[in-house]
Amino acid sequence: MSDLTIAMPKGRIFEEALALWRKAGLPAPPDLDADSRKLIVSLPGANLSFFLAKPMDVPTYVEYGVADLGVVGKDVLLEVSRDVYELLDLKISPCRIAVAGMPDWSPPLHPRVATKYPGIAERYFKEQGQQVEVIHLNGSIELAPLIGLADRIVDIVSTGKTLRENGLVELEQITTVTSRLIANRASYRLKNELIHSVCDRLAKVVQRGVVV
Amino acid sequence: MTKPHTFEKPTGFRDFPPPLASKKRMIEHRVQTRFELWGYQEVCTPTLEYYDTVGNASAIPEQKMFKCIDREGNMLVLRPDQTAPIARLVSSVLKHEPLPLRLFYHASVFRAQENEAGRNAEFYQSGVELIGESGAEADAEVIALAIEALQACEIRQFQLTVGHVGLLDGLIRERVDDEDVRIRLKEDLGRRDVVGFRERVQHLNIGEAAKEELLSLPRLIQNRRHLSGLASRSGSPVVLDAVRYLEEVWSHLEDHGLASYVSFDPSLVGSLGYYTGVYFEGYAAGQGFPLLSGGRYDRLYDSFDRPLAATGFALKTDRLMEACPVTANEPEKVGLFYHPSAKKQAIEQARRMRQEGRIVVTHRLTSGKKTARYAGIYDRLLIIGEGGVQDV
Repeated sequence: MSDLTIAMPKGRIFEEALALWRKAGLPAPPDLDADSRKLIVSLPGANLSFFLAKPMDVPTYVEYGVADLGVVGKDVLLEVSRDVYELLDLKISPCRIAVAGMPDWSPPLHPRVATKYPGIAERYFKEQGQQVEVIHLNGSIELAPLIGLADRIVDIVSTGKTLRENGLVELEQITTVTSRLIANRASYRLKNELIHSVCDRLAKVVQRGVVV
Repeated sequence: MTKPHTFEKPTGFRDFPPPLASKKRMIEHRVQTRFELWGYQEVCTPTLEYYDTVGNASAIPEQKMFKCIDREGNMLVLRPDQTAPIARLVSSVLKHEPLPLRLFYHASVFRAQENEAGRNAEFYQSGVELIGESGAEADAEVIALAIEALQACEIRQFQLTVGHVGLLDGLIRERVDDEDVRIRLKEDLGRRDVVGFRERVQHLNIGEAAKEELLSLPRLIQNRRHLSGLASRSGSPVVLDAVRYLEEVWSHLEDHGLASYVSFDPSLVGSLGYYTGVYFEGYAAGQGFPLLSGGRYDRLYDSFDRPLAATGFALKTDRLMEACPVTANEPEKVGLFYHPSAKKQAIEQARRMRQEGRIVVTHRLTSGKKTARYAGIYDRLLIIGEGGVQDV
């Protein structure tokens, strides 16, 4: 068994996380790239193993302890309530969760909001005292207002390009998002020194403000 | 909702088939032996309690309780933990018993979980409460007993982490004046949100040195030297008292020879507003979830008009069952088949073998009954007939 098992998210965040990992001088797998079909990579010399998972699933793997550490966006942590340690803001993949709609949006009689983040959306509108119907979609959220499924969406916005291309504008910002290093509760205790040394090395790189 | 299938159970509830039930019984038996040897006595309390009494006093938040209404219209809860019902019991039925009381229990507790697959709504706990005794020695006793209980279950490689509510509160209070911010900081730590905690500290209007002290809180203190270091950098009597208290707990554990199983973490937080002193959790290698938690709760008994100091812990039996490498040691299981004419001999033979501690199940042999199909059920098959007993 490896000393540390790390769950990495497929997609957007992965490359940046790996680059950060390497900059921190931590052993990183050479052939683990996002296109790879291989799911688990072990580094026997360094006693580390990495695996790739759907971003939404990373906190689950970590909560159950099959991964000691994980890298995941704050958006996911807000959406799925999992009991894990949130150790470090890696400051990578910065973006925001926002409410978007048509530029001429005005409150309809039956407001509907389409989103990949039903939990975040429900909580936000409840806090705003707004009564909306939240519709859970799994992708291409921007489509919903265009074809009349919903009048607004709640989604991740980084450059705003996708919104613009679809004729949508950001109406309200819910929160900002960056990626986080998370740890399992038991691992945090039993592998404390190891986890703190990884965390400290990453923290140094993050602090130097190295933009990757 | 559609009508459930006949085999369905409410979400979060489980059956225990024989192998699981026997493992649970084994764990309970092993820890019970330890509890009893330390002078703890078993109690049982009802599954249902009033919301206004036990429900209100419990450390479990209201939205996590199962509620129902009795015939008089009172709100009831399925016991959300075992500590509050025992406090009610001690304040009523056991009111005149001499203190301190050492009590233990095996019970299931009920928590309404957010619609989350895989989280149990009913789970089992075995635990102890040491009531009417304040002081470090009492806390050290329950920590030592918690360690013994894990050892009794042959858990390899485990660790207990100990925090102290007063220590954390004092360390934060020394540097932060605003009560709201203090609560927020503790909530961040309670949620294990170190990032949120750090951000909040960075935005505080306090000196850099004070910030550094706060930022270094989420670090494990492995030995006594670090602990006294905390005291030397602090002028707050609350902090000094807490450090002295923890040092005393530590030295008792050293006397027990158990200090190596324990580390301190000043940032460890249990249910806010419930624990009043020492708080601890236990973890084992390869297990993602804690195996036990406990601590001192000197204010709970106020809710029952009998102010008493108390400390204790609960083992998470379901987690222990997973972590415990031992399987229950079952005695030899014998299938005894008898010809109708030899029934009396069979009964006598079975009685003898049961006295020897074997499991015996008798079967009448009828024409066409094949003993071979019982081979998977029993360790040994015997046939008893006119000619005596013989193995199959």
